[in-house]
Amino acid sequence: MNFLSLFVLIPLMMLFALWLAKGQKQIRAVMVVGSSALLALSILLTLKFLADRAGGNSAEMLYQASFTWFEPLHIRYSVGVDGISVAMLLLSGVIVFTGTFVSWDMCKEYFLWFTLLSMGVFGFFISVDMFMMFMFYEIALIPMYLLIGVWGTGPKEYAAMKLTLMLMGASAFLMMGIFGIYYGAGGQTMNILDIAHHTGGAHVIEFSKQCIWFPITFIGFGVLGALFPFHTWSPDGHSSAPTAVSMLHAGVLMKLGGYGCFRIAIFLLPEAANELSWIFLILAGTGVVYGALSACVQTDLKYLNAYSSVSHCGMVLFAILMLTTTASTGAVLQMLSHGLMTALFFAAIGMIYHRAHTRDIRQLNGLMTVIPFLSVAFAIAGLANLGLPGLSGFVAEMTIFVGSFQNADTFHRVLTIAATTSIVVAAVYILRMVGKILYGKCTDPVQLKMHDARWEERLAIIVLIACIAGIGLTPTWLSHMIEGSVAPMMNHIGHVASQCNPFL
Amino acid sequence: MDYSYTVLILLLPFLSFLFLGLVGKWLSHRTSGLIGTLTLGVVAILSYYTAFQYFTADRVDGVFQTLVPINFTWLPFYNEGLHFDLGIMLDPISVMMLIVISTVSLMVHIYSFGYMHGEKGFQRYYSFLSLFTMSMLGLVVATNIFQMYMFWELVGVCSYLLIGFYYTQKPAIAASKKAFIVTRFADLGFLIGILIYGYYTKSFSFDFANTAVYLNGAQPTVGPDFAKAIAGAGFILPTALFLMFIGGAGKSAMFPLHIWLPDAMEGPTPVSALIHAATMVVAGVFQVARMFPLWIQYAPNTLHYVAWIGAFTAFYAAAVACAQSDIKRVLAFSTISQIAFMMVALGVCLPEGDFTNNHESLGYMASMYHLFTHAMFKATLFMCAGCIIHMVHSNEMQYMGGMHKYMPITHITFLIACLAISGIPPFSGFFSKDEILVAAFQYSATMGWIMTGIAAMTAFYMFRVYYGIFWGTENVEYHREHQPHECPATMTVPLIILTLITCTIGWILPGTFGSYVSATGEAYHISLDWSVAGTSVGIALISIGLATWIYSGARQPIAEKLKATFPHLHKWAYHRFYIDEVYQFVTHRIIFAHISRPIAWFDRNVIDGFFDFLAWGTNATSQGIRALQSGRVQQYAFVFLLGVIALILMLIF
Repeated sequence: MNFLSLFVLIPLMMLFALWLAKGQKQIRAVMVVGSSALLALSILLTLKFLADRAGGNSAEMLYQASFTWFEPLHIRYSVGVDGISVAMLLLSGVIVFTGTFVSWDMCKEYFLWFTLLSMGVFGFFISVDMFMMFMFYEIALIPMYLLIGVWGTGPKEYAAMKLTLMLMGASAFLMMGIFGIYYGAGGQTMNILDIAHHTGGAHVIEFSKQCIWFPITFIGFGVLGALFPFHTWSPDGHSSAPTAVSMLHAGVLMKLGGYGCFRIAIFLLPEAANELSWIFLILAGTGVVYGALSACVQTDLKYLNAYSSVSHCGMVLFAILMLTTTASTGAVLQMLSHGLMTALFFAAIGMIYHRAHTRDIRQLNGLMTVIPFLSVAFAIAGLANLGLPGLSGFVAEMTIFVGSFQNADTFHRVLTIAATTSIVVAAVYILRMVGKILYGKCTDPVQLKMHDARWEERLAIIVLIACIAGIGLTPTWLSHMIEGSVAPMMNHIGHVASQCNPFL
Repeated sequence: MDYSYTVLILLLPFLSFLFLGLVGKWLSHRTSGLIGTLTLGVVAILSYYTAFQYFTADRVDGVFQTLVPINFTWLPFYNEGLHFDLGIMLDPISVMMLIVISTVSLMVHIYSFGYMHGEKGFQRYYSFLSLFTMSMLGLVVATNIFQMYMFWELVGVCSYLLIGFYYTQKPAIAASKKAFIVTRFADLGFLIGILIYGYYTKSFSFDFANTAVYLNGAQPTVGPDFAKAIAGAGFILPTALFLMFIGGAGKSAMFPLHIWLPDAMEGPTPVSALIHAATMVVAGVFQVARMFPLWIQYAPNTLHYVAWIGAFTAFYAAAVACAQSDIKRVLAFSTISQIAFMMVALGVCLPEGDFTNNHESLGYMASMYHLFTHAMFKATLFMCAGCIIHMVHSNEMQYMGGMHKYMPITHITFLIACLAISGIPPFSGFFSKDEILVAAFQYSATMGWIMTGIAAMTAFYMFRVYYGIFWGTENVEYHREHQPHECPATMTVPLIILTLITCTIGWILPGTFGSYVSATGEAYHISLDWSVAGTSVGIALISIGLATWIYSGARQPIAEKLKATFPHLHKWAYHRFYIDEVYQFVTHRIIFAHISRPIAWFDRNVIDGFFDFLAWGTNATSQGIRALQSGRVQQYAFVFLLGVIALILMLIF
């Protein structure tokens, strides 16, 4: 038995234990033990991966295992990880762990769905088989509907329905794309590595077919990665979701989109990616600036952060499409960094909302004097968001910009420069929000009576801040780990910069 | 010689920041202040020791060596071997900056004991001061432009946090936000400049020897793109340098990016002294000086823009300073004006002729010299202003007047600093300003006379403030109520120390500053040009006399009359020529109202509306089709029959 499967087995055992658990204490015990185990497992995996790489194991995917699942369609249960998925698993481990503590008072059914969602996420990142990936994607998606629809706030039914329908629509595209790739490569294997390297019965996918399946697959994953103009589920969904679900959704689930775009759409359809990337580059670049600008005038804290997420996730897709090693490394760093800081942001917003019963920027004031701990956490999340050096955002953004600038033609340059303006706009909306809600004098009698974070909330926040600062201060190892896996993929794609420039 | 201990210069303040930030809450004011100050004391000693060791070391070929005791790759970029390094680089200007920063910072730390006494958030204040000092030191010892950018952003955030120290007050919140956003906007230029520079020179390093090889078109030694280098040399480097200069102009408050600095005076006064007078605001000058070898070699024509932007800023700020009533605002505009002097000095360097001992080297040296002396006397001025504000509890001149009776030490130190900034010998400002004027005259007579005129304005507005505070009309009633008296020793001792430096540095080091700091690294001997010096001192004295005539008396008929004669001019200058309003209009009325809001609306109504329409459309279609599945057997039978008939007809024909 391959130890990667533990990432799926632990949540399954948690589900079983939750089913048996009685009373809040037992439920919490199950969740804490389970999520700690997942976090510990992801840390161990990272250490082992780094040690093995240092030991000279240069295989593309490590710890692979494969079992036949459904022979007629060549669907196999195949797992394996490289630097990118290790980074993503680490991120998921941290978010699930902290999410557990943030949803401390929730009931059993909530935790059941929450755990199922986690299982989908972990399963997605360890998969090497396209169909299995798709399946875990769906597993992660469905619980979201119930989590938002039942435990959400505000117009929750509308938001849950909208989010689910849009993502379901995307998964229809995705399914088309996956089968297109499968049959395009000869219909002999669903394994990503086999298809990419034309082994195991797969052959080169014809260029004309690639040009059909690339946009479809890219949009399929892009919707989840908040690709403009398919991002509108995100503000509504996030603002109605309960705190921990927002964290998990923006922190991890949106990364499924970026990861999938990179791993399937670009990696398996390289020629089409070179040819057509400009279309999506324009969309992603628009999203970066557009999200940032519309965040400037939002009045609801969660809407503001959701639009800021649109901007930052747009940056992920933008960087992937630049098709250079540095930019793609930056994209993965950005996924990690955005996941952590947006989780911190949503956690802080949720906790403030829970106490003040409002998320309206105009009604909150002077929180720094009332709830200093939460306010500082909020301010740190804000500073990370606007790319303060020493926190993770700076590292990711700089890697992306330097990488994007390697494309020397005017088209890419103009887009890169347009994308850099988003860091100024980010400063505008973050400081506006921080200035309005944290500073000043608090006069509202309800808000004056608010109590600061409890121990479990503090724990979650401290873990997140430690991770953000950890990446921000020592990015070297992480960057190397990711690059070690991005570079072979990029070599494979064999990018020629001028090829994808429509105006040259 | 081993300089690896210099890492402590950065590490100690960082640890102090972490410690005070994390556990400061449980410490007493006294303890946390002492921790911060003692750390800084050690840092200052280390900096002096470094300077001593560095400047007494042997020169090689008459040039101080550039040393890089520590340098490691912090963040690798994989394409084309670019990497983001962190390290420490020692060369004459960075060592000089170490002295300036650690000295002023130490003085501010001591001074704050008195000034911030009993303030809520005392620990937070000291932890931010430590962070700022660390960032500023990191900026000046940077080994590459990216490291500089990183610490550049950090000092920006520290400035934001410290301006907004009194975060319950609206003006402080607005000012901190404004400072950060304006400089961030300028930093965008810096970032793009870095990206361009890095791409074409394959390096972020300040080791320009290699950069030069690429751009001269000579055969580079390691893996460069030859054609790219040649194509780049023409306009790319000037563009990149100018973009970086925009970043520098933002930090150093050059027109039109100066608007944040006057507002930044909302912060505690020691912060203004440290960040907004002596250290952070000169970062832009330092950046141009750092890139100077490239400027002079590849972008001499762009350097003219730097000079003229500087000259205009100097004039503008001096004009505005003449009409302000808030003493800190006057000092802020005077800072802008003086920094512009430094920019001008850099900008007037020209590459022609012999590179050594010629005027192009003079401007560089003069700029750095002025940076050094200005840091000392401007910090003194701000701290004096702090003492006064501490006693009077207001920044407005109308509550002052006649203060010389109550605060003799503050009075004398302020007077000396005023004389220094006006360029009166033997105080330090005279020597450095004289060099700048000489350099300006060598550039062109016009520039020389403009700068001399601005120097005269400097003397005028400084003495206007001086008389307004210490002599002039006394607000007797207010003073009876508040009983101003001299400040405690923690506040006056730093004043005295800095004043002593101002009094002595000019003639103790006559001509020697240049032998340590010069454009080429070779010893440069300063000789006073007595014709320029005589003129400027003469004009400065006339201005001081004019200010005395107008403002020293208990009643000021001439000032009133002037105000009445030129009401518009006064009003415009008082409102800083409405530049802030222009910005306000552009950001709120244009960007927010006409870009952001429509985008937000578009998103909610058009894009989202489309998807809602899809959902609605699906639903409506289903509703429509629903009628077909009515469940009535007759209807089904009828349709069935129609189908049969249709099939039969098709088969027949």
